Amino acid sequence: MKPYKIGAIPSSEITPPALFYSRRKIMQLMGGASLAALLPQSLWAANHKFADVKKSSYTVPEDLTPYQDVTQYNNFYEFGTNKESPAKNAGSLKTRPWTVTVEGEVKKPKVFDIEELLKMAPLEERIYRFRCVEAWSMVVPWLGFSLAELIKRVEPTGNAKYVEFISLHDPEQMPGQKSPVLEWPYREGLRIDEAMHPLTLLTMGLYGEVLPNQNGAPIRIIVPWKYGFKSAKSIVKIRLTEKPPITSWMQAGPNEYGFYSNVNPDVDHARWSQAKERRIGDFLKRKTLMFNGYAEEVGKLYAGMDLKKDF
Amino acid sequence: MTIPKNLDNKSVGFIKTLVFLLALFPLIKLGYAAFIDMLGANPIEKITRTTGYWTLTFLLITLTATPLKRLSGWNWLIRLRRMLGLFAFFYGSMHFLTYLVLDQFFDWDAILKDIVKRPYITVGFPSFVLMIPLAITSTDAMIRRLGGKRWRLLHRLVYLCAIGGVVHYWWLVKKDLTNPITFAVLLALLFGIRLIYGYASLQKQKQTNSPTLSSNL
Repeated sequence: MKPYKIGAIPSSEITPPALFYSRRKIMQLMGGASLAALLPQSLWAANHKFADVKKSSYTVPEDLTPYQDVTQYNNFYEFGTNKESPAKNAGSLKTRPWTVTVEGEVKKPKVFDIEELLKMAPLEERIYRFRCVEAWSMVVPWLGFSLAELIKRVEPTGNAKYVEFISLHDPEQMPGQKSPVLEWPYREGLRIDEAMHPLTLLTMGLYGEVLPNQNGAPIRIIVPWKYGFKSAKSIVKIRLTEKPPITSWMQAGPNEYGFYSNVNPDVDHARWSQAKERRIGDFLKRKTLMFNGYAEEVGKLYAGMDLKKDF
Repeated sequence: MTIPKNLDNKSVGFIKTLVFLLALFPLIKLGYAAFIDMLGANPIEKITRTTGYWTLTFLLITLTATPLKRLSGWNWLIRLRRMLGLFAFFYGSMHFLTYLVLDQFFDWDAILKDIVKRPYITVGFPSFVLMIPLAITSTDAMIRRLGGKRWRLLHRLVYLCAIGGVVHYWWLVKKDLTNPITFAVLLALLFGIRLIYGYASLQKQKQTNSPTLSSNL
């Protein structure tokens, strides 16, 4: 008897992945639209996709981490210390109305409404590596524009040497803040030249969508050459200062979390190695790249510095 | 219904079967989660955490058997102790193998560096290794070969395993110490009870050893 052979599926019959996923998206949107009819405007925004997104030259030749993992595996202690907690608990965060106060060493301090920020500059999709201090990493398509766009508008004075980012402090919306695991509000900081670097992204979305709450909605920064905790989420205040700000993680462990916290395979965390990382979805670990692979762009910012001392 | 102090072999056998099945539950749950792809974005981390958590939990449960027997008078509890201890070793082995195979994939260089340089592994590794002789000498034949006194002395190493395990957990946590603190408090409690009983039996021994002194008092 001749064995039965399954004929090869002609490639013309295979649904292109883009179409396959767009069908999924359409169904999600349909679901979203019917829900939206029942919900107030602010919640409807959570299903919103951005319309005009500029493609950016900032990309990496690596596979994207699936949307599911990017939005279900998060460190966001404001919603609990487990990786699953933010996705579970962040529903209580209200992202409208939302304002971001920009103040300090600037000529034109201003309170920006989130809608104004969204229209300030064309949104770009940038695919960045994201390296957590815990030695895992992702590749994420973020949406936003360079933080420099915002900072330029408030005209920093000559004394502006640092930029401090302050996240929302409201234990009712952020139940994790009822625990003193970190000093609230969450504070992060950059040197002004780091903040003005074109790679530093003021971020409002990912995967073409409005930023999910658990990823730091409605507005956060992404500093791709630094460990993830440097990229403050749910920002309500940006303060330009003359003195270096003391960040929440520096207070939590001064010998473990430095002000710079640049991704550096040669400088270990006080308790674990940073030489390798596990890309989410991979089995074998990969070597961690200097400045997370952005050495060409940002290396010169640290010329002459002892990165073991200024970690 | 009151729980009797002594049980016949059949009842103990029944309880042992029940405890055995319950003790397998964490493993079954983990296996099922792996099967339906629900271990989350970082499955290796999940398996490491879960097996580590249950190693410590079973170590503490094992250490509860003796004090609980004393407090309650249920002598049959001691007959569960070996199985509980072996489950601690079983989950510990899973934890170690996860690290060796899934996490490091036999990267001996990295493993050696970890043991030397990472305090939580420096402490965790020997805590596991110390469990091996305890598991090997857990059989009746081995108890007979060693003799009760030497066997008991050897098996006091379990205290070091438990302390090492808690320190290992404490040192690896990034910030939220809730779980390690809970384990540490429970362990301290178990040691505290032992100290109290140890002190009491020492006093008793003194009394029986020096009858003249006690009669004079």
